[in-house]
Amino acid sequence: MTRQLVLGIETSCDETAAAVVSEDREILANVVFSQIDEHQPFGGVVPEIAARAHLSLLDGLIERAMREAEVDWSDLSAVAATGGPGLIGGVIVGVMTAKAVAIATGLPFVAVNHLEGHALTARLTDDVGFPYLLLLVSGGHCQLLEVEGVGRYRRLGTTIDDAVGEAFDKTAKLLGLGYPGGPAVERAALEGDPARFKLPRPMVGRPGCDFSFSGLKTAVRQTVSRIDQPSSVDVADLAASFQHAVAGSLRDRCRRGMQLFADAHGAGRPFVVAGGVAANAVLRADLSALSGEMGMAFVAPPPALCTDNGAMIAWAGLERFRLGLTDALDFAPTPRWPLDPNAQIAIGAGVKA
Amino acid sequence: MPTNHANEDVSPIADADAGFQLHIRLADVEATRVLAINLARISRQGDVLALEGDLGAGKTEFARAFIRARAGSAIEVPSPTFTLVQEYEFGDENALDSLRHVDLYRLVDAEEALELGLEEAFETAICLIEWPDRLGLALPAKNLTIRLRFCDIPEARIVDIEGSSLWWRRLTEAGVINA
Repeated sequence: MTRQLVLGIETSCDETAAAVVSEDREILANVVFSQIDEHQPFGGVVPEIAARAHLSLLDGLIERAMREAEVDWSDLSAVAATGGPGLIGGVIVGVMTAKAVAIATGLPFVAVNHLEGHALTARLTDDVGFPYLLLLVSGGHCQLLEVEGVGRYRRLGTTIDDAVGEAFDKTAKLLGLGYPGGPAVERAALEGDPARFKLPRPMVGRPGCDFSFSGLKTAVRQTVSRIDQPSSVDVADLAASFQHAVAGSLRDRCRRGMQLFADAHGAGRPFVVAGGVAANAVLRADLSALSGEMGMAFVAPPPALCTDNGAMIAWAGLERFRLGLTDALDFAPTPRWPLDPNAQIAIGAGVKA
Repeated sequence: MPTNHANEDVSPIADADAGFQLHIRLADVEATRVLAINLARISRQGDVLALEGDLGAGKTEFARAFIRARAGSAIEVPSPTFTLVQEYEFGDENALDSLRHVDLYRLVDAEEALELGLEEAFETAICLIEWPDRLGLALPAKNLTIRLRFCDIPEARIVDIEGSSLWWRRLTEAGVINA
């Protein structure tokens, strides 16, 4: 008996990626084109924002993914692509390519919500069952979601200003650390004293589960500006203090989310952390400890599957395909596509998607 | 319209051809918001506001207050750093109020910025542009520059406002700034 395989394409943000996954949770190929080495001279600039970069890379990446997976078009069950949210130019490139494959091969097309790709990754890596509580933390998003099923989400909280990954990137910039900012701050913080600088822990003690990181960024800036010629020790201490403040804020918000989740679904369900920021080992350890304390099973996909990739799109596409949720070829890329369209507006705040 | 800027220190250099430049001291973030709201009230389609300032200076806070004033309610205004552009449309089809909140922080050159469809937006929408230096010469000359600077007190900012004589007339006639 042949198993179902899906090709997944991701072009909604900075990464161009293609992957093939199977219904029995095997990743046959997962190719991500990343120019991070070339980004570094620009201190946080991402050349792949241009749609033409995705365009010039994507065909080759798909070819390579198919070759590494050792599969032919006829072995596939469907082709999936990120349909939003994200940068419209990039999304169009991925969606048009997937549609072209669908037309040429007769395969069904599945449009995947990028956030659902992150949300369902834990089912690919750890076979997690519904429902579970999800903390989605990346450069563009910071949300707490109840995941009740494929396509069924309830947003408990979101950032009212900056995403947590954005706060890491900008803190790295303020401290003169490299790009990408997340790993750079984490590395610098290893040597630092998290107790040296008293930084605000945003939203701690406030009702609800919303996040805020803009004020923390400004506090880092002000702290840096008070130090005359910061030494490497100052930078390390500030990086550690910043990370400590982020952790404190995330812990407080997640604890509230866990209580709400337990009220709705009972105790002992999984707590999943996904998105690029979930690659941070300190935050992971912290949230894992909190999970234990709250009686939840902690799940975090390996770092390579936390950052943007094609496997998560292929997997979400496969989950949707199995439920008969394929899309017509007139599907229009959707720059804004919330997982929970009924979410309450965060007071004084913004949602990312 | 009340100007309502605490410690206002207007030092305009107004010239029919060269335009104007003035500096206002904003006591806190609330004063930044009041300035944004006053500018939102007189803005119209085709206006380009260039928001300059270092990380944490309050550009997004300014934009948030501006956008909410246009919307007429406390709608969600996320940071556009990651998505580069956030589009807003208010009003109905008879009087569509189209607004773009743009953050070019992550870009290298003007070519990339223009790929975001900004040229058309400069004519048809109100554009709030953070990190406008990335646009280089592609930043329309008609723009009003709002530059937020840090000063001696952590909460306070100095704002430089620069624009054409046309902007000067609009701002003074509406009472946003005192001539």
